[in-house]
Amino acid sequence: MTSHATTSIEPAGLRWQSVLPVAAALALTGIGLLSSDYVVTVLGFAFIYAIFCTGLNFFMGYTGQASFGQSAFAAIGGYGSAILCADYGWEPLAALVATMAMSGIAAVIVGYPTLRLRGHYLAMATFALGLIVYEISIEWTSLTQGYMGYAGIPPLGIAGFELVTIKQQLVALVLLALLGVGIAARLRRSRFGRALAAIAGSEPAARALGVDIARCKLIAFVIAALYASAAGSLFAHFVGFISPEVFGLTMVVQSFAMLYLGGIGTMWGPLVGAVIVTILPEALRGLKEMQDIAYTAILILILIFAPRGLAEIPALLRRLRRRTGEAA
Amino acid sequence: MSEPAAERDAPLLEARDISARYGHVQALKPTGLHIGEGELVTVLGPNGAGKTTLLRALTRLTPSKGQVFFRGEDISGLPTHRLARRGIIMVQEGRGLFPQMSVRENLTVGAYLHAGEADEHMRTVFELFPRLRERIDQAAGSLSGGEQQMLAIGRALMAKPQLLMLDEPSLGLAPRAASEILSTLSELNRRGIGILLVEQKAPLALKLARRVYVISLGSIVAELKADEIKSHHDLARYYLH
Repeated sequence: MTSHATTSIEPAGLRWQSVLPVAAALALTGIGLLSSDYVVTVLGFAFIYAIFCTGLNFFMGYTGQASFGQSAFAAIGGYGSAILCADYGWEPLAALVATMAMSGIAAVIVGYPTLRLRGHYLAMATFALGLIVYEISIEWTSLTQGYMGYAGIPPLGIAGFELVTIKQQLVALVLLALLGVGIAARLRRSRFGRALAAIAGSEPAARALGVDIARCKLIAFVIAALYASAAGSLFAHFVGFISPEVFGLTMVVQSFAMLYLGGIGTMWGPLVGAVIVTILPEALRGLKEMQDIAYTAILILILIFAPRGLAEIPALLRRLRRRTGEAA
Repeated sequence: MSEPAAERDAPLLEARDISARYGHVQALKPTGLHIGEGELVTVLGPNGAGKTTLLRALTRLTPSKGQVFFRGEDISGLPTHRLARRGIIMVQEGRGLFPQMSVRENLTVGAYLHAGEADEHMRTVFELFPRLRERIDQAAGSLSGGEQQMLAIGRALMAKPQLLMLDEPSLGLAPRAASEILSTLSELNRRGIGILLVEQKAPLALKLARRVYVISLGSIVAELKADEIKSHHDLARYYLH
């Protein structure tokens, strides 16, 4: 599945464009710290999804491939952390890193044969991966406790120091999300990132220039899996409980909405999309039975007026200003 | 059809019995060709004769059978990206640019295998195509046809080619732009780059090439020195008038 209009590599000197989203993320954190635990929880979910979508963006946005199965790696992360911490007394951070490694290995094993497929076939294969892991999380009750879910997962922490309050955890999640975006941006501008952009633009052209397509796709898939796994682990530690539904089809649909709404293939799109899609339903809760209609209408309007996503709006405005200036 | 082996001075590229098929259709029948060091060879043939398939088979963009040697080394079966590492670079029909990327980004991707030498190669590209320097931050998709072709060749040069294969570089260009592009190829060839050129504008291509392969119905049917084509009445009538 070759990507649409997402192959431009953002130039290195975009520091000013990064200031706004970072400031917005920190402002949201500030609001969260002054608000109720309910608001903090919603913001926490938004930043966990931001991490998940940043990884997904690597594979779908930067590389132009389709994956409907990233929830599988989130499940590995979530259940891995839950089991290692709750049953074996591991440090949350150690469990997070270990499950990321497990997800990375699983991504190599699954990706090696699967990534030979293209377009819809790849989409179906990855979708099947998500369903398989989902079914395992339901059926393998001795490991996952099935629909009963897994409780007693400790909060994030390091070396015996636990982030006991939900507000402390929110700060950690925001910092990790920003770190995730920063790492993705750095990789995007690297030689490897340019190879991914070339693959998204035209596989034969990239191959003719010496890009090892299969290897690059596999690495991008593994990176996406690492992000998904980290997001799954963080969810488990943030909520303290996980069950199979968390990593079901809703997660896939939700993350796609976030990615396209925020701006697939852009640096800040996943974070912007994750925040908007998570917060919007809560902000519209007062509309009661009209909530879903209003939510859907807003999503449609955004996609009509900003088809490349919200992260592209500053660039659109700049172009508009330039044109207006030229006309004047 | 082919010259005696002794006349060939360690071919840059030699293909033996190379063939390719698309499903049940044999698009390229077992055929052979060679390109000497620093030689510019052109392939002529009508539409659908198998010219593009020949280039794609040689670069493994299309699965192919047969043997291919590069400077005597058997490179049969190597994937395209590994051929690129050896300096075999193809500029595809339709240019294969990354339209959303700027000129600079396209060129930088071209230097994927030689990232450390990108600046130096970019200077060379801008010497050859000064217009690209003027368009450096412009999206490739917004360039004119001639500029896009310059960029496609420039990007290939960023990959430090030893052998450059070009599929219809003048396709869709105005005569002046086509002539400009082809004379640049001649300059590149003077700098020592071997060139295998598939070209519809035969009179222009024949001015540049030393040798010509004529392909028809998926087979190379003739190999001639470029100036010999005039003496072949049928070929001259078909390609030169």
